[in-house]
Amino acid sequence: MTLTVHRTRNLVVLAAVIFVVWEGLFLYAGDNALKSPWQTFAFTGRLIGTEMFWQNFGETMTAFGLALAIAVGVGLSLGFWLGFHAPSGALFTPMLLAFASIPKVVLYPIVLLICGLGISAKVAFGAMHGIPPIALSTLGAIGTVRPVLLRLSRVMHFDSLETLHTIVVPAVLPEMMTGLRIGFSLTLIGTILGEMFASQQGLGYLLMTAIGLHNVDLIMSVTLVLAVLAIAASAVLLTIDRRLRRHF
Amino acid sequence: MTRLALYRALLILAAVAVLEILCLTGAIDPLTMQPPHQMAIDLVRLLASGKMNRAILQTVGNAAIACALAVVIGIGFGVVVHRLSAVRDTLDLVFSTYYALPTLAFYPLFIILFGLGPVPQIIMGFLQGVVAVIVSTLDGLDRVPRVLKKLAAAQRMSPLETALKITLPAAAPYLLTGAKLAVAYSIIGVIAAEFLMSQTGIGYQISFAYNNFDNATMYPLILLLVVFSIAVNGTLFRWERRMLRQRGLRA
Repeated sequence: MTLTVHRTRNLVVLAAVIFVVWEGLFLYAGDNALKSPWQTFAFTGRLIGTEMFWQNFGETMTAFGLALAIAVGVGLSLGFWLGFHAPSGALFTPMLLAFASIPKVVLYPIVLLICGLGISAKVAFGAMHGIPPIALSTLGAIGTVRPVLLRLSRVMHFDSLETLHTIVVPAVLPEMMTGLRIGFSLTLIGTILGEMFASQQGLGYLLMTAIGLHNVDLIMSVTLVLAVLAIAASAVLLTIDRRLRRHF
Repeated sequence: MTRLALYRALLILAAVAVLEILCLTGAIDPLTMQPPHQMAIDLVRLLASGKMNRAILQTVGNAAIACALAVVIGIGFGVVVHRLSAVRDTLDLVFSTYYALPTLAFYPLFIILFGLGPVPQIIMGFLQGVVAVIVSTLDGLDRVPRVLKKLAAAQRMSPLETALKITLPAAAPYLLTGAKLAVAYSIIGVIAAEFLMSQTGIGYQISFAYNNFDNATMYPLILLLVVFSIAVNGTLFRWERRMLRQRGLRA
């Protein structure tokens, strides 16, 4: 109970601070550069009433959903493979680490040349951001499974599916969840980044067009929508993550 | 270990060879990708011509400034916040969701505020790095052994002396981890910003070449950046591991 009160108070204080800083920046920079919080909220309210917004929103969400599915599928398989097959792990893990450290944005032109200017480029780009953290944290989690548990499964004559189901997944779940949370965020960032650099639809595209037109209202509103979206999703996943960690 | 490295090198070599064959036989359109040997030749030519020196200096310089700011401000902020538990409690919300934010979405706002010079790019690099530094500073300060603080009190050290002789050395490995992240993140931030919208820098040159179908410039520059970031991160990774091992923190 007190924890919830505590948390609510923190949230309110934080929101107030952000609000004051925003308003202060607005007063300092002027109407031509920024909009005040109220103006932005009002414009955002009008924006989400338009069909144009939902079209772009839908496009971004479709791309993001596909990218996330690929990132989770490929990331988890890669993590499990490298985690359980020791020779492959020793061979490929440093390469995965190296790939994770590349600023992926510079690879986007290559993705575009291969995929063309459609939704597939965004999906590929989003998935590229999400795969490394998911694979690496799954891999790390498998490394921490206590050997005695694996020996137990051998003694009990579990087949590999049973081992996975009863031993490995429960043991790696909390850390895997952290990887999935980070992968989720990075995939969203990657998808939006792809839209910002080159695309014909989506929220990132809307943002870059707004810059081209110097439409400050639209820039502020789309940024607000993207930020709220990312924070909300991350908060939900963080709650699940923490609950899982308490459980195990 | 060395045999593994050899296998890895062979694997990469094989991948490059496959790419080379695909390009030379025309399975991959020359408009899509150049053969790898051509990229290497173009890269040498490009670097020798000195055309890219300004862009490279600009990018490295901006990333260095962003990184230095992130480390100095991040550690300073971390030290102050560590003493104010209420503030830290509130900011925890920010720290835990910060890297989920598409920071680059704020880039347009900084362009409006500061113009299209180097400032918005430095800010992007700084924003990418600073929170990692703050979080690892807090982490490091949390882990200063209590007995050392008692020692400082028993020796009647001044606050400055305590910081220099006790707190800083004890927290150093964590501060270094923060600094390592700051280097990697500020490079990413600066290049991504250049890529989206700017007037100079390697990121800008790549994007410019892409828009002009200039593969002879684009691919060598991408290759350069990939090699550069892998080299920087690999060096930092090894250096950190050695530091931690010396302190017995990680086997």
